[in-house]
Amino acid sequence: MKLVFEKSVAGRRGLRVAKTDVAEGVHIKPELLRDDLPLPELSELDVVRHFTELSRKNFSVDTVFYPLGSCTMKYNPKVCERIAAYPGFAHLHPLLPQLRLGGMLTQGALQVLYETDLWLREICGMAAFTMQPMAGAHGELTGIMMMAAYHRDKGNKKKVVLIPDSAHGTNPASAAIAGYTVKAIASDENGLMSVAALKKELNSEVAGIMLTCPDTVGLFNPHVKEICDLIHSVDGLAYYDGANLNAIVGRVRPGDIGFDIVHINLHKTFATPHGGGGPGAGPVGVCSKLAEFLPISLVVKRQDGTFALEYDRPKSIGYIAPFYGNFGVILKAYVYMLMLGKEGLLRVSENAVLNANYVKEKLKDYYDIPYAQVCKHECVISATRQAANGVHALDIAKALIDMGIHPPTMYFPMIVKEALMIEPTECESKETLDTFIAAMIEIAKKTESDPASVKAAPITTPVGRLDETAAARNLDIASL
Amino acid sequence: MMVDKQARYLRTHEWVKKGPAKNMTIGLTAFAIEQLGDIVYIELPQVGKVLKKGDIFGIIESVKSASDMYSPVGGKVVEVNAVVPDNPDMLKTQAYGDAWLIRVEPSAPAEFDGLMDADAYEKFLQTEAH
Amino acid sequence: MPFIANTDLERRQMLEEIGLRAEDLFGEIPKQLFCKDLKLPEGLSEQEVRNRLAGIADKNYINLTLFLGGGFYDHFIPSAVHTLAGRAEFYTAYTPYQPEVSQGTLQAIYEYQSMMCRLTGMEVSNASMYDGGTALYEAMMMALRITGRNKVIIDDSVNPIYRVMIHSYTRNLRIELIETSNVSGLANREAIDKALDDKTAAVMVQNPNFFGCIDDFTDLAKKAHDKGALLIASCYPISLGILKTPGAMGADIATGEGQSLGLTMSFGGPYLGFITTRKQYVRAMPGRIVGKSADARGRRGFVLTLQAREQHIRRDKATSNICSNEALCAMTALIYLSLLGKDGLRETAQLCADKASYAYERLTAIPGVKPHFPAKWFFNEMVLDVQMDAAEVVGKLIEKGYAAGFPLSRYYKGMGNSLLIAVTEKRTKQQIGMLAEELEAIL
Repeated sequence: MKLVFEKSVAGRRGLRVAKTDVAEGVHIKPELLRDDLPLPELSELDVVRHFTELSRKNFSVDTVFYPLGSCTMKYNPKVCERIAAYPGFAHLHPLLPQLRLGGMLTQGALQVLYETDLWLREICGMAAFTMQPMAGAHGELTGIMMMAAYHRDKGNKKKVVLIPDSAHGTNPASAAIAGYTVKAIASDENGLMSVAALKKELNSEVAGIMLTCPDTVGLFNPHVKEICDLIHSVDGLAYYDGANLNAIVGRVRPGDIGFDIVHINLHKTFATPHGGGGPGAGPVGVCSKLAEFLPISLVVKRQDGTFALEYDRPKSIGYIAPFYGNFGVILKAYVYMLMLGKEGLLRVSENAVLNANYVKEKLKDYYDIPYAQVCKHECVISATRQAANGVHALDIAKALIDMGIHPPTMYFPMIVKEALMIEPTECESKETLDTFIAAMIEIAKKTESDPASVKAAPITTPVGRLDETAAARNLDIASL
Repeated sequence: MMVDKQARYLRTHEWVKKGPAKNMTIGLTAFAIEQLGDIVYIELPQVGKVLKKGDIFGIIESVKSASDMYSPVGGKVVEVNAVVPDNPDMLKTQAYGDAWLIRVEPSAPAEFDGLMDADAYEKFLQTEAH
Repeated sequence: MPFIANTDLERRQMLEEIGLRAEDLFGEIPKQLFCKDLKLPEGLSEQEVRNRLAGIADKNYINLTLFLGGGFYDHFIPSAVHTLAGRAEFYTAYTPYQPEVSQGTLQAIYEYQSMMCRLTGMEVSNASMYDGGTALYEAMMMALRITGRNKVIIDDSVNPIYRVMIHSYTRNLRIELIETSNVSGLANREAIDKALDDKTAAVMVQNPNFFGCIDDFTDLAKKAHDKGALLIASCYPISLGILKTPGAMGADIATGEGQSLGLTMSFGGPYLGFITTRKQYVRAMPGRIVGKSADARGRRGFVLTLQAREQHIRRDKATSNICSNEALCAMTALIYLSLLGKDGLRETAQLCADKASYAYERLTAIPGVKPHFPAKWFFNEMVLDVQMDAAEVVGKLIEKGYAAGFPLSRYYKGMGNSLLIAVTEKRTKQQIGMLAEELEAIL
């Protein structure tokens, strides 16, 4: 399919600009102007066809089963999109509250931010939240910056952040960017971080620990409270990476376990769309001793019931977003929470966990299961048995594509060989899971009878497997 | 050839050989190259850069991984192999020969003697591969 | 539960088939960790939620006539933009890790990267960042990595919202941040010259700057390069419909906020940060990048590339901790730019400048209203002094239905009477005239 630039025809246009009612053609000094504007020239229909055709080359949650592990690809309710497009929200200028009495102009938006904060506090058992972080990784950075601010304020000389070796790569990256040295803690044979390994690295230099719970192999570490207590014993802080909150939402609260800082991916647990890789939102919650370090500004409720923004926060880590976070995303999560309510949240975690265990048990005769115990919202299987026939996790993923299913996450977590990580989410029905299970079993059988056909997949897609080496060696990342 | 008898090694899979003249030549072992797969990018230091033993002197990237490369000895970089970054496939066949990466004027030549020799490195590889 | 398919009966069947009891699902979690009573309300129906949110939305004042900008603008958005970006195949997909089933998103990102390069006059672009502020911070970090230096000069005509963000982000890092103070409306050459030395990694400036003034950084780029430093230019993409590009000025990195490219203001987000640079710096550029490739049959296709620099491989040595982009916002900007095209963007930019020029004439004709800066050229924003507390003036005009601008005292000392006024193509001659009349009545 052609690029949008290759479809350009000189003189075509997709927009008629409104007639001007003032003098035309202000003469700005020519040296300040550009010579050429090499943008495409297309009619509106050209553009509509182009992007409609592109959209049809995507797998998406609305079209196929999308069990991408650690990404929580749940259904994105349409009502959330509709409400985010209400003019009262979509056309609200972010600087209005900074004008005199401007806070009164945006009471609705401030109410949404404030009430989302209250919901998240209750769900996570934390004292306060910031809505500003614009993605999960951004939330991590915000959380670690607060960790640093806390230690600086107490005069603690801390240098090290502990992170399990199974952790997602953003954890060490966030800690390093905040100025910390990262020390990896090995997982035990059950895929869990062991308390013994932690104790070895525990000393007064430890600023804190970053944990995902359930962890990145989809297991709940029963020693998690003990781990938090150990970290607290050296005045460290326990950071909860909320990537996997969907597994325990409504049942177990990170704050009750002993976590001091929590980030939540609204685009996972709270059903806001992934958008092809963003925008997301990563609100961060803290325990009461860290509340004074939260970013500027915070929404507060006055005694008269109105909402205001608080800017005077002397110990704050400062500004990490231009305004109040990805408001449009937060709003969608708020609508989702209102619709679920308390009972709905419990149903979410129950079904997410049941669906993952159902898949794991049904596949255990056909694939290696590195961790046999009850998993949480996702399960890891390993294609080591298939690899013996020369069929790797990658090949299995590609074969699923030809069966109309988006592949699970491949080669993550890194501590499992030939890993395929499956996260069905609570939304999917038993029939969908059964179809997926049948497809996986069929592929497993084919790896024995006809491995070449599995390695040839996919054959039903607009392009076959692409040469990633050539792409990196002969870098072409823009058509100029 | 998985090892070169003339060379000394780091556990991070860099090798160093004496010569030419008083300089020393540094490269990446055939084992490491096999592990990395198709190399897509190599970043090497500027001539004149002063390295301590164990300093990072470059980065090597394949599609799925990126690794720092560490200098087995300290010294000043006197020559950089400009051919390899443009022809990374050379590494697959000439890891210990024409696909050397940098040459240094060693600041403490005795550092060489403290490194793993070829036999020790081979043993180390066996334990690495279980 | 509308969002959960399985019925109680199906759940029981599934449990039975895998030999588990309901309580086993959470059986390994120590009893004392369970929350006994979550204090949350019952769920609502869609009808109830929509009524409730319509009421909340009504509390927001969106009927003010906006002369408020400050880097975030009320531009016209053609209908096709949200129709196309709102296609579920785009917004309910995730990061294109499986290229064969993500060619829609991947080709669009490649086109977005190309579009941003063409717009800014640069050679390479990433797949987008969170917003203009984080993009500027990441550009600064890039310059530190490229030069191996740790001093940065930033002119205070760069958006103050971004500057406070950069201060927050750099608090735990060893970076010497020097702010040069603006006097003429243009980047302060004298102060930058004085601070620029061979320890400087970057000079950071903005065009049009926060005051709306149009600058040309060709001289600054040359001076920075002479000292081995980079020039980073933050820019306003709509203005690039007519204005000289950062590339043509010799900038090394261009960044900016892409909200004006078809994204609604949405009370501060989601927005779109962009970052473009020279080819030689591509590996120092953070974030996702899409590259062109081909399959075994030679068919063109697109893949995520240079991923080895990123956090999921490099972990604590990654170029940045960012592991997403604002893909849907980038898609929106791409569709917007495709629709407007060459003529549409140029005419839109010209219209903004024309209307701003009219507003300038009309407003400075009011006794007691004067331009704050001697700088002659501005794009669609201007700083006017109003002879009294600008914040108070704004407060009074809100009562009349106008968001008349942004009072600068919040970020600039000694500018208590100064008002930053923005005019987009959506404002009419009549609205500008009414604003002038109301303002004159107050002064």
